[in-house]
Amino acid sequence: MSLAETTSAPEARARGPVPDRLRAPWEAKLKSWESLLLVVAIGIFILNSFASPYFLNAWNLSDATFNFTEKAMIAFAMALLIIAGEIDLSVASIIALASTAMGLVMEAGFGTPAIVATGLVTGLLCGAFNGVLVTRLGLPSIVVTIGTMSLFRGISYIVLGDGAFRGYPSDFAFFGQGYAFWVISVELVIFAVLAVIYGVVLHRTNFGRAVYAIGNNPTGALFSGIRVARVKMILFLLTGLMSGVAAVCLTSRLGSTRPSIASGMELEVVTMVVLGGVNILGGSGSIPGVVIAAFVMGLVTFGLGLLNVPGIVMSIFIGLLLIGVIALPRLWAKFRGRA
Amino acid sequence: MGTGQGPVAAQGAVLALDRIIKTFPGVTALDQVQLELHAGEVTSLIGENGAGKSTVVKILTGIYQPDGGQILLDGEPVSFPTAQAASGAGVTAIHQETVLFEELTVAENIFIGHAPRTRFGLIDTAQMRRRAGEILASIGAEIDPGVKLKDLGIASRHLVAIGRALSVEARVVIMDEPTAALSQKEIEELYELVETLKAQGKAILFISHKFDEIFRISDRYTVFRDGQFVGAGKIADVSEGDLVKMMVGRAVDQIFPKRAAQVGDEVLKVVGYSHPTEFEDINFTLRRGEILGFYGLVGAGRSEFMQSLIGITRPSKGAVKLEDHVKVIRSPAEAIEAGIVYVPEDRGKQGAILDLPIFQNVTLPSLRETSHRGFLRLAEEFALTRQYTERLDLRAASLDTTVGSLSGGNQQKVVIAKWLATRPKVIILDEPTKGIDIGSKAAVHEFMSELAAEGLSVIMVSSEIPEILGMSDRVIVMREGRIAAELEGDALTPETLVRHAAGIGVKGEAA
Repeated sequence: MSLAETTSAPEARARGPVPDRLRAPWEAKLKSWESLLLVVAIGIFILNSFASPYFLNAWNLSDATFNFTEKAMIAFAMALLIIAGEIDLSVASIIALASTAMGLVMEAGFGTPAIVATGLVTGLLCGAFNGVLVTRLGLPSIVVTIGTMSLFRGISYIVLGDGAFRGYPSDFAFFGQGYAFWVISVELVIFAVLAVIYGVVLHRTNFGRAVYAIGNNPTGALFSGIRVARVKMILFLLTGLMSGVAAVCLTSRLGSTRPSIASGMELEVVTMVVLGGVNILGGSGSIPGVVIAAFVMGLVTFGLGLLNVPGIVMSIFIGLLLIGVIALPRLWAKFRGRA
Repeated sequence: MGTGQGPVAAQGAVLALDRIIKTFPGVTALDQVQLELHAGEVTSLIGENGAGKSTVVKILTGIYQPDGGQILLDGEPVSFPTAQAASGAGVTAIHQETVLFEELTVAENIFIGHAPRTRFGLIDTAQMRRRAGEILASIGAEIDPGVKLKDLGIASRHLVAIGRALSVEARVVIMDEPTAALSQKEIEELYELVETLKAQGKAILFISHKFDEIFRISDRYTVFRDGQFVGAGKIADVSEGDLVKMMVGRAVDQIFPKRAAQVGDEVLKVVGYSHPTEFEDINFTLRRGEILGFYGLVGAGRSEFMQSLIGITRPSKGAVKLEDHVKVIRSPAEAIEAGIVYVPEDRGKQGAILDLPIFQNVTLPSLRETSHRGFLRLAEEFALTRQYTERLDLRAASLDTTVGSLSGGNQQKVVIAKWLATRPKVIILDEPTKGIDIGSKAAVHEFMSELAAEGLSVIMVSSEIPEILGMSDRVIVMREGRIAAELEGDALTPETLVRHAAGIGVKGEAA
């Protein structure tokens, strides 16, 4: 008996062309995480409207959006970064540093355009610093950005001590306090525009495809001719830039800069991304998911606020929500595996 | 399996395998093989890559369970359901890559899992160090049992691995390519160690590709070929030539669809390619429509050289000329642009992105072609994927299913399709049919010939002699990072390949 005889009986298969897809794209979407999340969002919305008579009011709802718009701006870039298998925990500290830099420029007598440009450039520089450490020196991003988290905010504390920058020009208030029309705030418009841009970039471009490829298998992506380091560098730059945008909005909304600005926001951003269905280990996730997650978190925070639930309980609730949504798919898979 | 005919094992065999069968999906790894190990003697197990040697080692050490036949210990049938059962029976192995722990001390490494205990159940460090010292002394190794492993060199680590194997009361010692990473002086020390072990009455199974070693230290030999037992006997009764014939002298049982080559102009010229550790002074040319085989033993530096060619690692010196233009390739992206693509051996890690759908894998290096100003065009992607996967006869539920859900053969077709879709000038296939079923193998071979006939230049790295002989127009044999020979025509025989790869002088003829 030769090896060929014992093994050369490949199963007879029906021949024919291999179809492109078995399921239509809409069918896949219907059964997705995003759909489930949307149901949760609607449920919370309904619960809120029953729980408080003040909830279904256009201005109150508009106020509610400020709970997530700034975080969500960063979350879009963070989603791409996490899908690519990296993370940036320094985003809240970038806000602090950018806001401090903006304050210094304001104190020096410059106007709103210079202040905004300073915020954005500071964000970009911070992103570049993280990116170089990760892509050139090959350091793990979680360690690098925990380091820069302390570093960036530390600089802010050195500059400000326990003081604050106040007295931003009145036209600077446009970004965080202005309204585009009726109850639609400028921040909400920025959020919507960024959502569309990031959605298109991630889901409709070569760059987005490269992000998924890198997150699933960086070695395979490299062997396939993807410029892995360059893509990661761009993602760190984007995350830095978005932190700069958020710094402009938040500083404008608060009208002042303290070194403690946005403290703890990095965890809320990561929570939003993960709640949106992005795999914390990289490789999968979507922008629509992050958008819905932003609304869910905004609604929960606002609803609990209307019910006079103290902030600490809110953070407990958000924590439970996060663990819940991460555990749910695993439990579901286990349950299905047994059935 | 009839066992009534009495044990096949001859008198005195400590451990014997009797008609052992081991199958994996699509492959019979071992087909009724026999092996005997005698006390105080070294038996060499000889065979090509893929002959079934490592499967035997895994069965003897309780990692695999045989599907048929029996293991006889002192003539009594035994089974090794776990690695612990095997070591409990006194079978221990020194592997090619024994897993050692950098942060632990030498003594801890040697006794990990079976450290001596104090009466409180804690590890008895003093006793452990003393016994580790005794074991190391018995093999002539002057290593302080208290130092951490990370402070030792490669050779000393190897001795620690040996010490670990001997820390159980061993009757049978398996040495799987023990000299692969050692210098000549260290190899001499290893030979002395083998003599010591023989004198202690241990039965030794020695696995090596190097004939000088086999003849130097073995008492007996057993030859496998394609998972079958070919022959066994005393080493004193055979010549090198006999063993080589036994290893490779098969009837050609696969038909290779090699077409008459229309070899054209020179496409690729590599001059003096060197790397500080992996390879040295590689020179060759490749012509249009040619299939150039790269043969060598595992570890000869073939894959490392190919990966350097596509920019994964940088060469220390050397140059590449593609169609008479000097090219400097610093990344796979630049290699693709230049028209050199590489189908890696490690499909799961380097070749494919298993969790992404087939079409996204295929178009990944060609996105610039299928997209428009950076925006994806899915219709173009499906069309490109269909064009190349159909030529390769890919079997899949749909082009939207993940690559990871396919069989090895179909995964390989996806990877090859992905590279052909870039319309390369040179395609490098690294062990293109490793671990795939015969049907897919034939499809890959057929396709390779078609490509060459169409004018593509193919480099095929393979450790399978029939594949090398059946597919190549010309073969370069590498050994220890250097080109050992370049063979074509009548000089291209199984014997010459094995001799050059193993470094045995080719008698009489000039190759």
